[in-house]
Amino acid sequence: MHVKPLTPADLALAASLLVLLGLLSWRLRLGLAKNLAIAAARTTVQLLLIGHILRLLFAHVHIASMALISLVMLIAAGREVMARQQRRVSGLQGWLIGSGAMFLSSFTVTFLALAVIIGNEPWYAPQYAIPLLGMLLGNTMSGVAVAMDRMTETLWQERRIVEQRLLLGQTAAEAVGEIRRQAIRSGMTPIINSMATAGLVSLPGMMTGQILGGSSPMDAVQYQILIMFLICAGTGFGTIAAIRGVERRLFDARHRLRLDALQTADEGQRP
Amino acid sequence: MPNLEISNLCFQNRGPYAFRIAGGECVGLAGASGAGKSLLLRALADLDPRTGVMQLGDVNADAVTAPQWRRLVGLLPAESGWWLDRVGEHFADFAAIDEQTLAAVGFDRSVQDWQVSRLSTGERQRLAIVRLLANEPQCLLLDEPTASLDHDAVARVENLLLRYGADRQAPMLWVSHDPAQLERVSRRGLRMESAGLLVDAGGAGDAR
Repeated sequence: MHVKPLTPADLALAASLLVLLGLLSWRLRLGLAKNLAIAAARTTVQLLLIGHILRLLFAHVHIASMALISLVMLIAAGREVMARQQRRVSGLQGWLIGSGAMFLSSFTVTFLALAVIIGNEPWYAPQYAIPLLGMLLGNTMSGVAVAMDRMTETLWQERRIVEQRLLLGQTAAEAVGEIRRQAIRSGMTPIINSMATAGLVSLPGMMTGQILGGSSPMDAVQYQILIMFLICAGTGFGTIAAIRGVERRLFDARHRLRLDALQTADEGQRP
Repeated sequence: MPNLEISNLCFQNRGPYAFRIAGGECVGLAGASGAGKSLLLRALADLDPRTGVMQLGDVNADAVTAPQWRRLVGLLPAESGWWLDRVGEHFADFAAIDEQTLAAVGFDRSVQDWQVSRLSTGERQRLAIVRLLANEPQCLLLDEPTASLDHDAVARVENLLLRYGADRQAPMLWVSHDPAQLERVSRRGLRMESAGLLVDAGGAGDAR
């Protein structure tokens, strides 16, 4: 089972399609030609780089190097979660809420899958661990970012309502209940939807890759089902944990709404 | 007959504030817009971070949970908030609402099923008062309770609130921009200066 290797000429042919698209964009004055070029270059460089890193990792399997690359992935995901929020919990704490939630869910679920379900030897074998963690972290990141953004934005918009409920003697948990539920739902809906349409509308990327790589369709399908379940669990638990964290930070012990703990995206960019 | 006793109350670089409102007494609070009257009310309801001692009767604010304290000191915000579709859903038990209270602000039981989105500002305000009193607070903090009401409704709301205060012997702090109203409802007044300084405005009678 060997994948037919691509030559640089093959990739150049695919790249020429982008050049064509760039020309068209220039003619139509879409203003996208520059972004297109930069994004295409980034994809090439980043993927080549990670390819080399993975090659090194596969050659020298060690738990310390796996831990290091996992940490780098987590930090990158944590930054991305922060960047995707319009109003976010300020300071290190905001970063910790998102990253902590992702760490708890993605890493636990990945470990469970590697050590118990797949049962490879050693369990951290990079061929399995890195793609699995990457997929889990990527999807959990999207869910956590969407849910946290929804939560902080809604609390900001509806602060008068929340405070009215507090004034009538409701606890913070009661006053924020519906907002919390909506935020968690918005984080989990995409993965639930993609489970519901998998195979009908889209062939998931991992399965496509495995089939291209020569696996039998049934093997690929079984792995894909496993991955879908893991992603859904990781996203769900991560989203719930992150929203709990936001709630704890935005209400104090005296059940006060503390929007002063939020900063807008522009403020964060100030040196 | 619980007294509201505030001492050393500080919040957001304001204060210290200290005052006492006896049970059954209504104190007017005047002052320019933006002077911090609403902020003071928020701090009294423990809705903003604050320090200092707040005591209502024999209850110390810090000795009970914040939701318990907020039920005791009913704060009526200048603009009421509604979060469900129908009026009745905002009450713990609408059936327990006293018919007379509803009538006093111009409604009957059918208001339970009204859509909140179709209420006028004045209707919301009058219903917010009913909702607040349904909590049976032992003290009333009123932030311009009649600002959005027409002339006829103002008198009815004033009567309802004053009667509640008298029946329960509740201390009341009444914020208003209308000197004539403060004169009608209160015998004693406080004024918030623009620097956040709270001064004794004397009896409303002296102002004449």
